[in-house]
Amino acid sequence: MTGDHLLEVRNLSVDFHTAGGTVHAVRNVNWHLGRGETLAILGESGSGKSVSASAIMNLIDCPPGEIVSGEILFEGRDVLKMSQEERRDLNGRRIAMIFQDPLSHLNPVYTVGFQIAEVMTTHGTRKAEARARVLDLLERVGIPEFETKIDAYPHQFSGGQRQRLMIAMALALKPDILIADEPTTALDVTVQAQVLELLEELQQETGMGMLLITHDLGVVAETADRVVVMNSGEIVEAGTARDVYHAPSHPYTKKLIGAVPGAGEMAEPLDTGIKPVLEVNRLSKHYGNFVALDKVSLTVLPGETVAVVGESGSGKSTLAKTLLRLEEATAGEALWEGRDLVTMGQPELFDLRRDIQMVFQDPTQSLNPRMSVHDIVAEAFVIHPQILPKSQWRDRVRELLAHVGLEAAHMSRYPHQFSGGQRQRIAIARALALEPRLIICDEAVSALDVSIQAQVMGLLADLQKEFGLSYLFIAHDLPVVRDFAHRVIVMKNGKIVEQGPVAQIFDAPREDYTRNLIAAGLHPDPDIQAGRRAARLELQGA
Amino acid sequence: MKSFLQKRAVASAISLAGLIVLVFFLSRLTGDPTTLYLPVDASLESREQFRELHGLNDPLIVQFGSYLSDLARLDFGDSIRRSEPALDAVLRAFVWTLQLAVITMSLVTVMAIIVGSLAAFHVGGVFDRIATFFSLIGASAPDFWIAIVAIVLFSVNLGWVPTSGTGTVWHWVLPVAVLFIRPFGLILQVVRGSMITVLSSAYVKTARAKGVRNRAIIFVHGLRNAMLPVITVIGDQAAALLNGAVVVETVFGFPGVGKLMIDSILQRDFTVVLAAIFVTAVAIFIMNIIIDIIYAVLDPRIRY
Amino acid sequence: MTTGIDSAGGTTPITEVPQSSAARQIFRMLWRDKLAFAAAIFLVLMVLCAVLGPLMLEDQATRQNLRGRNAPPFDFSRDWLFWLGGDTLGRPLLARIIVAAQNTLMVAAGAVVCSLIIGTTLGLVAGYSGPRTSQVIMRFADVIMSFPSLLLAVIVLYMLSPSVGNLVIVLAITRIPVYLRTSRAEVLEVRERMFVQAAQVMGASGRRIVFRHILPIVMPTLVTIATLDFAFVMLAESSLSFLGIGIQPPEITWGLMVSQGRPYLTTAWWQSFFPGLAIIMTTLSLNLLSNWMRTALDPVQRWRLEIARKKK
Repeated sequence: MTGDHLLEVRNLSVDFHTAGGTVHAVRNVNWHLGRGETLAILGESGSGKSVSASAIMNLIDCPPGEIVSGEILFEGRDVLKMSQEERRDLNGRRIAMIFQDPLSHLNPVYTVGFQIAEVMTTHGTRKAEARARVLDLLERVGIPEFETKIDAYPHQFSGGQRQRLMIAMALALKPDILIADEPTTALDVTVQAQVLELLEELQQETGMGMLLITHDLGVVAETADRVVVMNSGEIVEAGTARDVYHAPSHPYTKKLIGAVPGAGEMAEPLDTGIKPVLEVNRLSKHYGNFVALDKVSLTVLPGETVAVVGESGSGKSTLAKTLLRLEEATAGEALWEGRDLVTMGQPELFDLRRDIQMVFQDPTQSLNPRMSVHDIVAEAFVIHPQILPKSQWRDRVRELLAHVGLEAAHMSRYPHQFSGGQRQRIAIARALALEPRLIICDEAVSALDVSIQAQVMGLLADLQKEFGLSYLFIAHDLPVVRDFAHRVIVMKNGKIVEQGPVAQIFDAPREDYTRNLIAAGLHPDPDIQAGRRAARLELQGA
Repeated sequence: MKSFLQKRAVASAISLAGLIVLVFFLSRLTGDPTTLYLPVDASLESREQFRELHGLNDPLIVQFGSYLSDLARLDFGDSIRRSEPALDAVLRAFVWTLQLAVITMSLVTVMAIIVGSLAAFHVGGVFDRIATFFSLIGASAPDFWIAIVAIVLFSVNLGWVPTSGTGTVWHWVLPVAVLFIRPFGLILQVVRGSMITVLSSAYVKTARAKGVRNRAIIFVHGLRNAMLPVITVIGDQAAALLNGAVVVETVFGFPGVGKLMIDSILQRDFTVVLAAIFVTAVAIFIMNIIIDIIYAVLDPRIRY
Repeated sequence: MTTGIDSAGGTTPITEVPQSSAARQIFRMLWRDKLAFAAAIFLVLMVLCAVLGPLMLEDQATRQNLRGRNAPPFDFSRDWLFWLGGDTLGRPLLARIIVAAQNTLMVAAGAVVCSLIIGTTLGLVAGYSGPRTSQVIMRFADVIMSFPSLLLAVIVLYMLSPSVGNLVIVLAITRIPVYLRTSRAEVLEVRERMFVQAAQVMGASGRRIVFRHILPIVMPTLVTIATLDFAFVMLAESSLSFLGIGIQPPEITWGLMVSQGRPYLTTAWWQSFFPGLAIIMTTLSLNLLSNWMRTALDPVQRWRLEIARKKK
């Protein structure tokens, strides 16, 4: 068996020593990777999916980390037994790595040309030679105007371009193995598709082995030959991508696959005869010369979910902020029960706060870390004392927590003691405390793991039925929208390009932009995804 | 950049104007120089004459008006005590202080950056713990105490260096050494803290994944990013030195602007006090501009 | 940390450990850093001296004693109050240091508390209000920053009397900008956080947002700075007393004692040395404690104090 694989991880166990005691980050992990092959490690946050890669790259700080046991064989030699200098020499030259969030992974104060060349100069290439090669690489990964952009800084590139720069950096010395840790997670779907395509082309050119760490079954379906599924530090399932998707054996894998959105029935549109609660007419927001929101008009009916989708920079978050008066609109009106909330004075606005609430993207940041759950939820009553007399606050908080599936015992705890999904439930309970009629959800589930996402979506749907709530559901994730919305609005560059009932948008989109957006989405079934990829390439060719 | 400079100049001018007004009126509250300069038994006439000569008889507001009109021609008036233009006395002293500040801060900056960076690389290691402990002692040291202890030890007992004054290179050793200690301790702490943050950043992780050597990680990737908060503190410390290291200058009989300032305050030599404040404020303004330029050079994201 | 448990989620693992009481947790973290622990004990001792010293030793500290004139230190055959020697008037140095602790610490504490409260309030206002108010406050801070503290001291002490209270005023004014700038910078950052927006969406008033949401987040940083600043103010007070424009005899502070002993440096070095040592020990303790606090309050660095040191 030894020497058969380019890279093999055997019985690897890594611990982290933290305040709460020792965390077994990974236990007895085994996997291997050959030349020209793509292995995906699939897992949710906290599953330990990145740990073995960090161990390979010598990126685990000890302490607090500790490699308890195991070996990592590269070409048959255990890297854990190598000297620091030998390991450093492997990094970047034989094994390279790219990361999620390329902006923070690129040094902000050096030119990208310097940073890419550094891989080569570090490993002995002469400066002039390295620079020439950087130009080749930049051209290869598709950076426009690369001759001048070589001397630009990371902040002067777009998100997708930055990931291309990271790829250029990683591939500078034609490594045998590329480790990609969530390489497309922060990117728009269309950009994600391009980046994955680029990786695949480069793999075919160089014959490198690729280790792809991801939480996204769609990414696995698009790229991986084999997949290992991790849960709480252990591998629960391994096999080819197709086998694992079609015949999962472990209950966790089954649950994971079952939770993937985008497979359910689409909702019927509501009766348009009802009077809308919110009517937005030609709403605009300008920042200097930049038009963030361009004459946007839409309506929301009582009990309706209207999804706003679009890529980053499409103006969907600006729409939310303007409607909540966190930003002042430049022009246009937004009628809430006939009154224009854009021009409303402070006292009226204060009353309106009870009717329109918001649930934010990242529950870790939207809850004050120094307030207990009780204080967070009851803050609504402090601000609006007419809702409830103080004596009933505790009971009401308990009731609200029960609505969102939390226990009364959770009241005295602080946000950091909860998981991401639980935190988002707290945020929802806080919004409900004001008894609103419209909740604006700004990417409310996109920071959550798939299985948690499904639960929170279910909760939102239940609450809608129970209280007749309307949602303005802002998201970039189309499958989630498909399962949840009555109507969909597609935005681009601050304008609405298309809107209609959910079935119409997904089954018969009229605009090319919408069609591209849907085609770029990745399906978790490797077979379906293969078909989609063919269709997408055709669309690009056309 | 130009509009930025203008904005900064305007803001500083406003602050400086406020300062001049405040100092002008408040300093007059500390007492009448006449009583200090003339003998106790001086006649009423000679007192009158003295007051007339130095324009102390006019109402305060008139005094202020004539002061401003002189100031517009950059005339700060004459020193009461030294009978020479106040500005001359101040500039002479300022040159000494400037030299002292430049020498000390250069040493401090270089040393603190090297030691602080190395300490941050192995947090909790032996080198780090020693460096941290001694830098904390340095940051805690009362300079007047260090100064007098140093004089007793090195000048009186050992006789290695002169006790006070200027003249030879040896006269600089003790003042620079004593002034070095506090800023060194403080800046080392900031360098270390900033470096720890930077070394745990994502782009350092990238550099490690690229196989970059530790030395290059610290001094290429780490240092330039870690310098931003450090520069601010260096600026504050340098400003304090430019204002005159009063205690050290007094103890070592160093003819700098700090000693001049305290002497003038105690002697009610108002023109000198105002001129000294003006000169140091302008110097600090220029230094702050230089610091802003260094910021922009270090970090390409900063554009004014 | 180079790698978290999971770089993708960026969340810490949920600690469902039963929370031990906050005091015990702090104590345990303090115990991990032995230097900080020693510093804390020393400071408690100094505070005890400051509170009880003048009550118990006032007499001994002021009574002149010809036989104890310039008594050298470490002569353990004498009364324990003379173990650090005696001054030119034969007063026991140790007793005087203990008594002087009160003035020294009171001035520093008063100045730090005053400047902390005033500076933070102004900083919160400057950070949360519109650009115009903010500009006015910042220019005000600039003026204070460039106002020579010596001149201020002379002005206040000539107009009023050189008492402890007035010295506190002088020092407090000079330290206001430190807290003002820090709290303003922090507010500008914290106000952009999502939970502040969430409060705005609920209709929370500006005052509620500042005091309920922003202040508690900013406070730990300010307390850390205040600890450090306590040391700084002590040194500043000592310098003023040393230059003769601070506390005036017969009141005593450590700085004044150093100054009073200066003429006898070559003959009775201990008169300046030991008060100076008291200053340096106290400021060092404060610095050590502040350093520890910075680590303890930083969620990224905190683990260093929480896990047991690994055996090598």
